[in-house]
Amino acid sequence: MKHTLVPLLSLLLFTGVALAQDELMADSLQVDSVAALLPAPVTNVRAFDTDDDHGHSIMLEWELSADDGAGKESVLSYEVFRWTPYLMDSLGTNRGLRDSLKALADSTDDNSLESRIETVEAYLESGYDRLSAAYTAYPEGGEWRKVGGKASGETTITNAGAKEKESPDYIPDYTDLYYRVDAVTVDTDIRSKSNIVGPVQSSGQWFNGGRAVVLVSVLIFAFLVILFVWLAKRGSDLYVRPLAGIEAVDDAIGRATEMGKPILYVLGLGVASDIATIASFTILGRVAKRVAEYQTELLVPTADPIVMSVAQEVVKSAYMDAGRMDDYKEDSVHFVTQLQFAYVAAVNGQMLRQLPATNIYMGKFFAESLLLAETGALAGSIQIAGTDEIAQIPFFIVACDYTLIGEELYAASAYLGREAILLGSLKAQDYAKAAVIVLAFAGLLCANLGWSWFTDLFIVTN
Amino acid sequence: MRRQLPLALVFVFGLFMVFQFFVPHESSEWVYEYLLDWILIIGIFAVALGIWSLFHVSIARIRARKEGWQYSYVSIGGLFAMILFGFTARTGDSWGLYFFFAAALLLAIGAIMQTMLSGVSGKQRSISMAATAFFTVLAVAIAVLDDSWRFYFYTTEGQESFMFRHFFDHVMIPILSTMFALLAFFIASAAYRAFRARNLLATLLLISAMIVMLRFFPYFPFGLGVYAAKTSSWLMNVPNLAAQRAIVIGIGLGMVSTSIKVVLGIERGYMGKG
Repeated sequence: MKHTLVPLLSLLLFTGVALAQDELMADSLQVDSVAALLPAPVTNVRAFDTDDDHGHSIMLEWELSADDGAGKESVLSYEVFRWTPYLMDSLGTNRGLRDSLKALADSTDDNSLESRIETVEAYLESGYDRLSAAYTAYPEGGEWRKVGGKASGETTITNAGAKEKESPDYIPDYTDLYYRVDAVTVDTDIRSKSNIVGPVQSSGQWFNGGRAVVLVSVLIFAFLVILFVWLAKRGSDLYVRPLAGIEAVDDAIGRATEMGKPILYVLGLGVASDIATIASFTILGRVAKRVAEYQTELLVPTADPIVMSVAQEVVKSAYMDAGRMDDYKEDSVHFVTQLQFAYVAAVNGQMLRQLPATNIYMGKFFAESLLLAETGALAGSIQIAGTDEIAQIPFFIVACDYTLIGEELYAASAYLGREAILLGSLKAQDYAKAAVIVLAFAGLLCANLGWSWFTDLFIVTN
Repeated sequence: MRRQLPLALVFVFGLFMVFQFFVPHESSEWVYEYLLDWILIIGIFAVALGIWSLFHVSIARIRARKEGWQYSYVSIGGLFAMILFGFTARTGDSWGLYFFFAAALLLAIGAIMQTMLSGVSGKQRSISMAATAFFTVLAVAIAVLDDSWRFYFYTTEGQESFMFRHFFDHVMIPILSTMFALLAFFIASAAYRAFRARNLLATLLLISAMIVMLRFFPYFPFGLGVYAAKTSSWLMNVPNLAAQRAIVIGIGLGMVSTSIKVVLGIERGYMGKG
């Protein structure tokens, strides 16, 4: 028995040792094969504050992995990681808690929740104050988080965070940030990490250098406007080309007076801050003054309450200037609705019921332009339109008798008033257009000669 | 002063808006966003003026018995019903006395309108005032006693409520879509007028339009469809785009020029002073 036991035990021992050796060898082979699959990491990673922005943004550049488009050709993408303190998670959780408590307090009127909300708010505030220190504590108390990715072949990325502290994407300014870029293969577990780059800080700038060419152009143009207005004030004779649409306004008002029918003035769907609407207010003032002098009825349905208030003031002043304050009716300028097609229905109804002799459309128009203009044409009204919406200009051209195209809308107020200082600005516009034509030809020539420095002068970034 | 102060404000804020376009710093953005918030606030107050204007014009139309005056009742009823639905929502599964409340409130508003329409004195006015008082008290009583629904003034529950969504999705949207659908017919009639070959330019327009329209015609023989598509693309991308860009450049200059005039106080038409 003893003789058989010893060889058996020896056999088992050898078998065990052999198996263990096999396993070790397999592990070692696996490590070797993974190492063989690992792509070369990206090199020369640089991180810096993004130019010409409001801060909270970092730009990264790197040199491609040796296995991106060459070598093993195994790199499919790059993933960018930023070291993020756990405090960001804690703030996010507490923001969620605060919002839930607020929702609960709103729906139940439970006043006891107020103190809990205040506690959470106080924690959040102190947390935001500690955030910068938490980032500076790198590498303690945080982990790497993916913040972006790029396809292979790309060498830059902008990690633009949110500026609101409440946002989970918030990146604090003037805080030490650390980044790394991973070269990733088709198996996302097989990747190579770059060197860690940092600390880098983001900050906002006081001048957007990418818009310098715009600033120069605006300054030159403003100078031209002021110069020609000054010349006009001194009595220089400035000739401006007549516009048929504007000259037709007087005839159209006369026609309405003769027919004893109202004039419909539509300011469009723009808001009071739109330049087209501001130009339209000026034209409305001129039209209202003539209407008051001829004692014709004026209808101004509006789609925006602020536009309505301003238009009421404009028409009232025009009647006052004409010395016909008694004829002024506050309801002549009225609000209809802010909904586009409901507004169309109301104005079309007015057109078909009251059959105005003249319809004037000046301002910002969208899909309602043709619906209005065609109904006006069916009602037999003389129609004058003007808009700066390129897509709507053809509709007005086919459906109206006169159309002011684009900039003519802005020029209309100057034409109607024939005031020297307003005509001065038109002259400045003409010179600016001439300058644009000259620069366009120069750009064409330089581009064909390969002189990119000239066309680069006009590139506006950001 | 009445005229100088607004002009000074326009100058200061106009200049700031130009300034902030070139200053990306957070402080500049903060002031910009703060000013935009003020536009919202002013807009909210202006909505009240708008509602008052609509109400006033509708009452005037009913009083004057102008053509279609009956529809003014519908627009005022719709206006107040949607305001009510937007600020109320049920709290449980049942609506309780909600519909009685809505009816009482709308009748109270109708009675107020009748009071406004029925002159300074007279029997009709007394009846209207009594009806106003009765329906108002009834509506308030239901609102106080019935807890199956409630008002939501500070949250958006009202806008998600069944009544608000139901009326908006199943009444407003189909009506608005109908208006939009009319555009197809108006385009046809406008195109018919525009494409008449009256002179050389109109004939060129007609030919160009035909080519652009035929781009999508699937049954061209001899591979002519390819030429139609290429010619159409050329028309859209070369002469059409060139003309559009010219207009856009003009619009841009016109906008800047108008803005400068407004900021400098040269253009004052928006203030009611030409």
